[in-house]
Amino acid sequence: MLLLDHLWIIPLLPLLGSAINGLLGSKWPNKAVNSVALGTTGLSFLFAVEAVREFLSLPQDKLPFPPQHYFDWIVAGNFRAGFDLQIDQLTVVMLLVVTGVGFLIHIYSTGYMAHEGGYYRFFSYMNLFMFFMLILVMAANYALLFVGWEGVGLCSYLLIGFYFLKKSASDAGNKAFIVNRIGDFGFMLGMFLLFRTFGTLDFVTVFQKAAPMQPDALGHLGVLTVACLLLFMGATGKSAQLPLYVWLPDAMEGPTPVSALIHAATMVTAGVYVVARSHVLFTHAPTAMLVVAIVGCATAIFAASIGLVQTDIKKVLAYSTVSQLGYMFLACGVGAFSAGIFHLMTHAFFKALLFLAAGSVIHAMGGEQDMRHMGGLSKKIKWTYMTMLTATLAITGAPLFAGFFSKDAILLASFQSENGGATTGHALYAVGLFAALLTSFYMFRLIFLTFFGKQKYDEHHVHVHESPWSMLGPLVILAVLSIFGGWFALPSFWGGPDYFSNFLAPVFGGGESAAAEAATHALELPLAGVAVLTALIGFVIAFWLYISRPGKADALAKSMSGAYNTLLNKYYVDELYAATVVKPLMWISTNVLWKFIDVGGIDGTVNGIATSAKSIGDTVRHAQSGNTRSYAVWVVIGALVVIAVIFFWPAAGLVSGMVR
Amino acid sequence: MTPQLAIFFVLAALAVLGALSLIMQRHPIHSALSLIVVMISLAGLYLLMGAEFVAAVQIIVYGGAIMVLFVFVIMLLNAGVEERTNVSKLAGIAGIPLAVALLGFLAVVIARSNAGADAGWQSGALANTKEISMMLFREFVYPFELTSFLILVAILGAIVLAQREKN
Amino acid sequence: MVPTNYYLILSAVIFGLGVVAFIFKRNVITIFMSIELMLNAVNLAFVAFSQARHQSDGQVFVLFVIVVAAAEAAVGLGIIILTARNRQSLNVERVDLLKL
Repeated sequence: MLLLDHLWIIPLLPLLGSAINGLLGSKWPNKAVNSVALGTTGLSFLFAVEAVREFLSLPQDKLPFPPQHYFDWIVAGNFRAGFDLQIDQLTVVMLLVVTGVGFLIHIYSTGYMAHEGGYYRFFSYMNLFMFFMLILVMAANYALLFVGWEGVGLCSYLLIGFYFLKKSASDAGNKAFIVNRIGDFGFMLGMFLLFRTFGTLDFVTVFQKAAPMQPDALGHLGVLTVACLLLFMGATGKSAQLPLYVWLPDAMEGPTPVSALIHAATMVTAGVYVVARSHVLFTHAPTAMLVVAIVGCATAIFAASIGLVQTDIKKVLAYSTVSQLGYMFLACGVGAFSAGIFHLMTHAFFKALLFLAAGSVIHAMGGEQDMRHMGGLSKKIKWTYMTMLTATLAITGAPLFAGFFSKDAILLASFQSENGGATTGHALYAVGLFAALLTSFYMFRLIFLTFFGKQKYDEHHVHVHESPWSMLGPLVILAVLSIFGGWFALPSFWGGPDYFSNFLAPVFGGGESAAAEAATHALELPLAGVAVLTALIGFVIAFWLYISRPGKADALAKSMSGAYNTLLNKYYVDELYAATVVKPLMWISTNVLWKFIDVGGIDGTVNGIATSAKSIGDTVRHAQSGNTRSYAVWVVIGALVVIAVIFFWPAAGLVSGMVR
Repeated sequence: MTPQLAIFFVLAALAVLGALSLIMQRHPIHSALSLIVVMISLAGLYLLMGAEFVAAVQIIVYGGAIMVLFVFVIMLLNAGVEERTNVSKLAGIAGIPLAVALLGFLAVVIARSNAGADAGWQSGALANTKEISMMLFREFVYPFELTSFLILVAILGAIVLAQREKN
Repeated sequence: MVPTNYYLILSAVIFGLGVVAFIFKRNVITIFMSIELMLNAVNLAFVAFSQARHQSDGQVFVLFVIVVAAAEAAVGLGIIILTARNRQSLNVERVDLLKL
């Protein structure tokens, strides 16, 4: 019971580390900064494990574990938002992923960033990020969750723009923050609506009040549907779905560990977490679920198609992240919340591994990120190659690797989805399957271009060397997790229980596994086979284009140059946004807000008052002419005014009976 | 047309003509003489109304003292025909409209008012002079004493102002 | 009997003419005389009201007005003499030392 009463320790430790490093660490040697940063994060991980252990050993009657209230943050009239932390099965999963993967990435960073300037700043920001992310996953009300939400956005901005002297990096940081803000606007509106409907933002109360409510009919925009759609708008911003995904590829300007931690494993999964946490609301709003599923599916295939032709190794992985997040939203959209969280967990493992390994490759190549200038590295950086291959097998869904189970569960659930009609479910399945094919293709393309084929770089300029063990250690650990991390769901294949979804059943309800259990198993094996087959087809195509016939890829690109260029330029979405949104906004800002309102209106008013005071003075000056006759005239005017007031203004009340 | 009305119109016409003449004449002495005409006709009007004391005081003080003072000053200063300067623009522009407005105001107010009772010829029942003196030395004795003081001050002031410079 | 209104209208007319003279004449003595004219017009109104109400208050006040007018004329003419000696002119528009 000890730690469960003091859950605040878990987020507070990284905050402490961040403060120490940030305020005092600028003159410290790297080792000192390391010890603070790694120490606090490691301790946080240990405490998280301990908290999980205590939670799992709670007797049945103590569950669900009530939220721990630490202090009142906002008390205003009827509204009360406290600093409340909670722990349940969903939080357990997120906690372990965040602290565990986060800790591994911190270890990796000590090696990767060893020669960079601003070392202390980097770790300060990373620890700050851990703090906010932990607040996000442990919050027991939407307001505190939003604090974490915004905080991780801030840290993302700080870390993407870590090399702030480089214009593209600081621009990318701006872009991330601003696009996120657009989503946050929707999130806030959703929160306001929830408060107005339920009178509180605490999860427990909101979900209790929402559970007995009548679900909204499909197509009907009831309160719950609108609230869910607004929350999802926030999720599209944070988790980089259509149309607010544009910041994630640019975010690759940040150092690679940042991409691994924030833009693969943790921050971008915050949107999925929110949707999963609010599943009670979403299940009452079928329209919102359908929208989530369709957006997720569309994003999956859209991003996968762009990733087919990218040449920067990190950009391929970025689009891959967007695509995989689409899968997670597809899962939530069709009601398979635990499948979505499962994929979140496995994705954290293999995507972090992919990014870290890519960082290792970049480190080995002395900073080169373009895959066209790599090749034949498999013999030279063995450990990096093997771990990256493991992760690739996981993401494409090779049998028994982690991604296989999770992706399979998602595709099965979408195939069986009834929301919006059975054909919608089948369509979602088909598109998802095609996206899996594309995923397999571009991942193996990445492997082949980077590690096989002819050496396309100059030996004399680039000294390829393996990375230090501070970097390789986490790679190996994550590789192990990528293989075994999915085995929770293994027994369900031969009729046994799916441990993962059973573990999450107290949160999501057993409904998704109970009724369809029988039908599920009948379809599960055939569909799994189809998925493996598509992955294999992708592998074969990649092999053919890049290994057997090396020139074929370029020839194909030239022959379909229109489609190729569109994909290479990311469907010109950035240009579209710049023209339709950014440019008009800048125009309005310059001409209306600045020139018209600020300079003309506000400055004009202030200056105008001064000017008019001056000109009034100038005009009235002439009354004092020194000329006696003019004065005489003024006297007469005054007399006239007095007479008029006395006789014609009843309010003066001076002469009452005289004038009829 | 009663006799009083006829006399009134005659005297009124005289007064107005005098005032007009005051405006139109170019030499100040002519204006002074016109003013005397106005005062005499006003005295006549007072008599018509039955206010003998006021009429007498008007002629003696106003006509006999004040206007004489004016005439002497005009003589002393050798006032000549008026120059026709026109420095003040305001007077030129606003002068006539103002005068018209003022007259109009007053005319409207008077026309609308209901003080239409006749001013009567007071008989001896209200013996005028006695009545005035009773008031003057009973209710208004304090202002009366003050006015005598005022006259003293005025005399002193006039002497101080008009004396020659001590070289 | 002559209605009071007639006296009042006459008083107003004379007052108006006094104002006109006050504005349009340039000789300072003439302006002073126009002030006297205005005072006379007011006296007429006072006496008319006094007779209309059968009270003597108005006439007593007329006395005071005449006294004050006398005092004012004395002092005012003294000032005029001084000014005329200083500026060598009786034109009121020449007295413009206060002009900016």
